[in-house]
Amino acid sequence: MHVTVTVNGAERHADTEPRLLLVHFLRNTLGLTGTHWGCDTSNCGACTVWLDGVAVKSCTTLAAMADGHDVRTVEGLEVDGVLDAVQQGFIEEHGLQCGFCTTGMMMTARALLDRDPDPDEGTIREAISGNLCRCTGYENIVRAVRWAATHEAAARAADHQEVPV
Amino acid sequence: MTATESPTADISRSPAGNPLGFGRMIRKEDARFVRGQGHYVDDVNLPGMLHSAVLRSSYAHARIVSIDTSAAESHPKVKAVITGKILETLNLAWMPTLSGDVVSVLATDKVRFQGQEVAYVVAEDEYSARDALELIEVEYEPLPAVVDAKHALDPDAPVIRDDLEGRTDNKIYDWEAGDGAACDAVFAAAEVVVAEDIIYPRVHPAPMETCGSVAHMDKVTGKLTIWTTTQAPHAHRTIYALVAGLPEHKIQVISPDIGGGFGNKVGIYPGYVLSIVGSIATGAPVKWVEDRSENLMSTSFARDYHMHGEIAATRDGKILGLRVDVLADHGAFNGVAQPTKFPAGFFHIFTGSYDYPAAHCKVTAVYTNKALGGVAYACSFRITEAVYLVERMVDCLAFELKMDPAELRMKNLLRPEQFPYTSPTGWEYDSGDYPRALEEAMRIAGYAELRREQAERRAAAAQPGADPSAPLMGVGLSFFTEGVGAGPRKHMDILGLGMADGCELRIHPTGKAQLRLSVQTQGQGHETTFAQIVSHVIGLPPEDIEVIHGDTDNTPFGLGTYGSRSTPVSGAAAAVAAQRIKDKAKVIAAAALECSVDDLDWEHGRWFVKGDPSQGKTIAEIAMASHSSLELPEGVEGHLDASVVYNPPNLTYPFGAYICVVDVDPQTGAVKVRRFIAVDDCGPRINPMIVEGQVHGGLADGVGMALMEVIAFDPDGNNLGGSFMDYLLPTSMECPSWELGETVTPSPHHPIGVKGVGESATVGSPPAVVNAVLDALQIRQADMPFTPAATWRALQGRSFRPDLAIE
Repeated sequence: MHVTVTVNGAERHADTEPRLLLVHFLRNTLGLTGTHWGCDTSNCGACTVWLDGVAVKSCTTLAAMADGHDVRTVEGLEVDGVLDAVQQGFIEEHGLQCGFCTTGMMMTARALLDRDPDPDEGTIREAISGNLCRCTGYENIVRAVRWAATHEAAARAADHQEVPV
Repeated sequence: MTATESPTADISRSPAGNPLGFGRMIRKEDARFVRGQGHYVDDVNLPGMLHSAVLRSSYAHARIVSIDTSAAESHPKVKAVITGKILETLNLAWMPTLSGDVVSVLATDKVRFQGQEVAYVVAEDEYSARDALELIEVEYEPLPAVVDAKHALDPDAPVIRDDLEGRTDNKIYDWEAGDGAACDAVFAAAEVVVAEDIIYPRVHPAPMETCGSVAHMDKVTGKLTIWTTTQAPHAHRTIYALVAGLPEHKIQVISPDIGGGFGNKVGIYPGYVLSIVGSIATGAPVKWVEDRSENLMSTSFARDYHMHGEIAATRDGKILGLRVDVLADHGAFNGVAQPTKFPAGFFHIFTGSYDYPAAHCKVTAVYTNKALGGVAYACSFRITEAVYLVERMVDCLAFELKMDPAELRMKNLLRPEQFPYTSPTGWEYDSGDYPRALEEAMRIAGYAELRREQAERRAAAAQPGADPSAPLMGVGLSFFTEGVGAGPRKHMDILGLGMADGCELRIHPTGKAQLRLSVQTQGQGHETTFAQIVSHVIGLPPEDIEVIHGDTDNTPFGLGTYGSRSTPVSGAAAAVAAQRIKDKAKVIAAAALECSVDDLDWEHGRWFVKGDPSQGKTIAEIAMASHSSLELPEGVEGHLDASVVYNPPNLTYPFGAYICVVDVDPQTGAVKVRRFIAVDDCGPRINPMIVEGQVHGGLADGVGMALMEVIAFDPDGNNLGGSFMDYLLPTSMECPSWELGETVTPSPHHPIGVKGVGESATVGSPPAVVNAVLDALQIRQADMPFTPAATWRALQGRSFRPDLAIE
């Protein structure tokens, strides 16, 4: 079947098998290998991407379900050479070690901050509870998300001040 | 919110703001990972590459009557179907394990565990390869399975390894350490003896990335290149040469970014070998990547020790001795990855952190119809089992004596003046100040206040009309001594390969450096910390030092990363290489400055003339001079390179004190970890941020093993932990915010005093959590994992075995 998916703002077309999973479509058909395949059962979250602005597990989403929809992957986080605050936060607070869960974890974190720009620790922990990490014990991931929230708030405040009267 | 600077941090900073040596520094590797540009094995895509899949046994124990592959071979996208019979013709149906046994690559006679490899398909795409697996018809004759290790040696137990000539039972070995007679005498005279049966159940390292490989045999050059998930690329190269008869100089093993290892990626799996066979058979590159169920069911498990421990003491709490009988379940093949002379790994360090003279252990290993493995999951060659045993037994003794477990530990800990300390089973602990670490943990925890709160809660619960849902509060301690950095080659080898590691350091003419390592990071941050080690010694900025690893064509030989050995062994090699550069730089500086070497002094990164600091040469200037026409003294070669093979004189012995606080719901059995305090002493911290991250990860492992992780089996040998819906990993919700502390006791024999930390927390934390849960329940012993069901049953006095299906 033919699918048309907008991925990170660009329209992509492909002929695929109807059973093709979105994670394999992104990785193998489009070559976007930043999205990882970890468990097949929606438990680990390494494959987390956005579908129409909602974080989903692409290992249990068919490529066909994304036909006509908008997908955002980790490759779409950096804009014009500027890292997203979540990406920067993961670097600053050592929120990653092996890097395998990191990309899905950041997509979940970005979605959280978009709906709640100032989440407390408990909110962050709940939001990322569908993303498993075997390296960090989650502590520095929570700090990384807080780093992003704090810096984005500061940036918003600075923008607000710069608006001419 | 940032990691604190270690007291050992170097003060001065590079132009990029990095420490010129030790100190907090953000990681070099993160730039690619946060952009999704990590390059893992499954990201390798070669022109014309084929895909593959493995057919696995659905039975735990069955004779293979026939395999019909004709329908699979007719699949239009299938390129090759390979069975054990075909491999037999190539003499590849069996391969050696790392413990002197053999394991089948593809089963020929019988299957011996559920998930064992039976047939292999290469196809144009992965979906077609898996489709073709469904077309293979295997006729099995099911056999009774040996599931309970306690019955593996029954006279009527089926013989699992009838492939081994003359074998009539399932015993692998008996092994012992310590002085049994002396220990018996101490126990016979002791005022108090406490005995318990303790299971450390089968668990799985379950890295987020499963195992896989891409093999490419170039028929023209005869060169095999294999990208593979390995923690030990050089050892794998040698083993491929030995197994497949391929010439070693024509094998390149590339271990790109690795998505977590934890011991899971030390051994060689049939899938790796099959991808090589597939590439030879088809002439194309072949990728094999297992799915999660395959990872959990067939690759290296960990633990599975059934222990009977006995501890002897005086009535006032002076420990006199410890002895233990272990039944070790090794699965269907003895595939343990550990130094040859130590069949039970380093388990005989089980005397732990305490001062007593009598100790003895006996280990009996058996075959069962389960996957092979045993040493994995950040265990430091079974020191985690040893620490779990001693720390549980000390708590059982405290329970019996009605003594505070912290007081009992403090009374028996080794004292600083006893180091270097030779343990009753022959280990020489290098350095330590144990009471200081325990005091620090108790200070951070507010230990006395916790006990006061617990007493108040218990008193309230005993009142008439007390709330039956009030949580039961528990406080648990553990103190661990690790032995890492295997190891002295005189005593330690794997498959005859001594456990020394090479390192090469080159300073380019412009003063930029490349450091080539034999070890391989799986997330530990070697690209950053090893640059910091070199910077610490010669003062070059870490950003000017590129670390190269994970490619056997481009790095020196060494045994790889596991057992927390990278920093103790390879880190020492890097420090020695840098020291040699510094020494040679002094000679070249003297030639350039036209003075005697004795007239030179060192400031970080620069040799200068004593009394005239303006006259000097930086390492970068000396590097250029070393490549120039400058006339060097007789016997001094040009260039600024060093090559080192480091053979550690001893293990290093990191240690720590952990305290866990839990609240248990008495009505559901749910355990909530309220607090976890960890004081680690790993010597000086090269990058405290990375050290803290390593500790955090290990603490989560401890929560996982204590509360949820287990691979159990039903009576037919069906694996009950074969997916992440069944094998539970801790999430952000079960982990508390970790509270860390540190003490610093350098290793006297390591060039920069560091001890290694990668596995400390995984080794030390499980008993702290378990001790806390049992303290809450006021029960002497029950087995982890304390799932709500297990905890509730323990509360009812009906605890069950974790390794078998619940009756």
